[in-house]
Amino acid sequence: MATLELRIREDVTVRSRRLGLLFWLAIGWIILIFAVAILADVLPFPSPTDMDMLEKRAPFSTEHWLGTDGLGRDELARLVFGARSSLLVGLCAPVIGVVIGGALGMLAGYFRGRFEALLVGSADVLLAFPPLILALAITAYLGQSILNLTLILGVLGVPAFMRVARAATLALSRREFVIAAQALGATHARILLRELLPNVVLPLTAFFLVGVAITVVAEGALSFLGLGVPPPTPSWGSMIGEGRESLDIAPRLAFLPAITMFLSVLSFNLVGDTLRALTDPRQGAL
Amino acid sequence: MTAPVLLSVEDVAVDLPTPRGNLRAVDHVDLEVAAGRTLGIVGESGCGKTMLSRAILQLLPKRAKLAGRVLFDGQDLLRLGSSALRKLRARSLAVVFQDPMTSLNPVLTIGTQLIETLMEHLVIDLAAARARSIALLAEVGIPAPEQRLMQYPHELSGGMRQRVAIAIALSCEPKLLIADEPTTALDVTIQAQILDLLAREQRRRHMAMILITHDLGIVAGRTDEVAVMYAGRVVERAPTQALFKSMRMPYTQALLAAIPKLDAPPHAPLPAISGRPPDPTRPLEGCSFSPRCRYAAARCQREKPVLREAEEAEHHYACFNPLKITAGLSA
Amino acid sequence: MMHGVAQALPRDPLLKVENLVVEYAVGAKTIHAVSDVSLEIARGETLGLVGESGCGKSTLGRAILQLRPADSGRVVFDGCELTALRGEALRKMRRRIQLIFQDPIASLNPRRQIGDIVAEPLAIAGHRDDKKRQALVEEMLGAVGLDPAIVTGRLPHEFSGGQCQRISIARALVLNPEFIVCDEPVSALDVSIRAQILNLLEEMKARFGLTLLFIAHDLAVVKAVSDRVAVMYLGRFCEVGPSEQLFANPAHPYTALLIEAIPVPDPDVRPAERVRVGEPPSPIAPPSGCRFRTRCVRADKRCSEEVPELREIAPNRHVACHHPLM
Repeated sequence: MATLELRIREDVTVRSRRLGLLFWLAIGWIILIFAVAILADVLPFPSPTDMDMLEKRAPFSTEHWLGTDGLGRDELARLVFGARSSLLVGLCAPVIGVVIGGALGMLAGYFRGRFEALLVGSADVLLAFPPLILALAITAYLGQSILNLTLILGVLGVPAFMRVARAATLALSRREFVIAAQALGATHARILLRELLPNVVLPLTAFFLVGVAITVVAEGALSFLGLGVPPPTPSWGSMIGEGRESLDIAPRLAFLPAITMFLSVLSFNLVGDTLRALTDPRQGAL
Repeated sequence: MTAPVLLSVEDVAVDLPTPRGNLRAVDHVDLEVAAGRTLGIVGESGCGKTMLSRAILQLLPKRAKLAGRVLFDGQDLLRLGSSALRKLRARSLAVVFQDPMTSLNPVLTIGTQLIETLMEHLVIDLAAARARSIALLAEVGIPAPEQRLMQYPHELSGGMRQRVAIAIALSCEPKLLIADEPTTALDVTIQAQILDLLAREQRRRHMAMILITHDLGIVAGRTDEVAVMYAGRVVERAPTQALFKSMRMPYTQALLAAIPKLDAPPHAPLPAISGRPPDPTRPLEGCSFSPRCRYAAARCQREKPVLREAEEAEHHYACFNPLKITAGLSA
Repeated sequence: MMHGVAQALPRDPLLKVENLVVEYAVGAKTIHAVSDVSLEIARGETLGLVGESGCGKSTLGRAILQLRPADSGRVVFDGCELTALRGEALRKMRRRIQLIFQDPIASLNPRRQIGDIVAEPLAIAGHRDDKKRQALVEEMLGAVGLDPAIVTGRLPHEFSGGQCQRISIARALVLNPEFIVCDEPVSALDVSIRAQILNLLEEMKARFGLTLLFIAHDLAVVKAVSDRVAVMYLGRFCEVGPSEQLFANPAHPYTALLIEAIPVPDPDVRPAERVRVGEPPSPIAPPSGCRFRTRCVRADKRCSEEVPELREIAPNRHVACHHPLM
């Protein structure tokens, strides 16, 4: 088929140039919450755990910019430190997922056979488990802490990343440049690391960002139920849970963390999606 | 020309906006096809032949800008509304594409696709449509046509699928059939069969046909007239015999020479054309072929040559330094 | 001495394939891709392998390179049995035999720079000296007609099909191999570029003293570059012989059919309008006896009962047919 000399690519539309306002706002928000979370100790926020019983549920004021919560603690400070917890879990858990899941997925997609069948089967079993129930059970057994939470959510994320990596590897292994590497006498390790990995990294990264969003929500749900980040360390989820009691008097106590979480999750999703759209047409169909 | 003109392409230009600038896919093309005759359009990929066929069929991508006139049977296709256009398709204007796997719907049976087409465009009932479908499949050389009606495209071989695509295209007795690289994806023995089929059907139905290909060999024996395209323009147009016997365009000659011939001795170096076709987003000022042409002069780089008629009637070419006529084949 | 092997020069065949069989399962069915194929290629020779899609030529090429496991048979390269090698020994051997693919753009890693890609064989083979590697890469890119300064830092998608194929050839040559399998190297390229690449291959062959197995479905292309040609149909060889003789006087009916089907760019040669017989049968259930018999006008009872063996009917011409044309 003599079609390779000049490719008039109709699909490389101006869509990829639409890194519009929304994308940059999302990036801006992500940078903001990360900066604030990292620098929380240095910035002049009041302590998130200092209770001021006289100022319970105080409205916005110059002393407490976003008011206080049901126990008189500064709302803004709690949001900031809550960002710390949520983002810590939200970032570290998917890292576990992408490293372990990505590696297993690539190995499964490359070597195939019984090994692949075993991995895919195990992943299916894990995916079939209601994740929150599993998290609850393990927390009840091991105890509540940020570390345990991160580990649980990380492991729960492994099957999803494994699937993404395996699918990408399966498609790529058939392409001629992989066969070319084999024909050159490259070892399996070399092919996996130098030929496949640079191509698999892209869909994994896009999925990673979506994974962060999902983990933040998952952590929020667990903390909302009181089974995630243990008090008094603030977390957006637990703040929403606490704010539930004051919904009639001071609805802001529930809504402020909810909105913050919503904006953060939305931003991660937007950036993840845009990255995926950007990188796809460049490398052709995977 | 004694036969009436069925299709007239007048000064058609197609522009596509791309991130890298405006892409002029078709650059002021004039063509005519008479009823019952076959026109071959030859060119390599990127020369604009596919875009031209899409322009005629009004199947261009949304972003494309089309200028000029396409007169079919007296009607300007560019002015027709979409429902009038739809009626025209299948009944008068049909097309066969290169890849039968993507031009047939993979989730519908062959029978459904044939019968659907028939019932959409002709006033017949289901039983008559079914009978006609079977007859059509037999005509295009598919064995056991009744069984095939129930099969899906993926159950057939490439050659069979292409026959089905042809059957669908011919089902409503079109006046003009456009075959866009119909055999490029097929094996050479199947290719011969499909081309024979097209020629046979064309003669029987007194249908006009446009055969688009990159293979000069295909047009040699099977067309009445040939137009050679390069970089969006028609650079030479002549009755087939005249084109091969008294070629004027250096490009046509170079294209012919670059094809390995079966009667040439092995290991003879092939006369290749150096360089590559121009980038359509950056058109050249002068003749598009001049960087690769061994007869190029200064004028060729400054001015764009226009199609004009040679001494022989109906032989047009666009060149400032055409080849001299020699007796016999100038390949 | 093998029965029915299309022999090259009596001494010193670089490559010997003996009774190779490659089958693979698709669901419950078996595809007989290569059925008992034997051949020899002499040093410095180009053997053309021609056949239509599904005949098994690509599979044969890959099986020879041990990129696809053979079910039985041997491949002997320069006296060393490739089919018996494993692991590191096989990997070392690979440096002497290389492969060029049909789809030039897909054969290059889209996320690596050209300089890296062409240097990869050197890195795999353990060449540590960066400067020397760089010099070799640049020399190779120059040899295939590309300017290293412009090309090395770019990614494959920035190049056309023809240029990518040149890069592919440079990569195949950088370790100075002895034997190269070219699997339809020009089928996906435009006519005008095809001729360039074919000329380049001939030039490289002469310059580096290569031996080639050239696989294609286009007879004229195969003839242009080959010394001998093998015609393959549904997993078996039909005939093998020197290019000129084979195409001038085909011995096997299938070869004759292929030659007739080629469109000739001469308007005086009207394509024969005879009824062409049928479609190639499926490699899952190939016909008994001679596999070509369902499309052959000369077929008789013997053809359906007895598998024709490749035998020598003239000096250096071998045919597998009970009723050859010569």
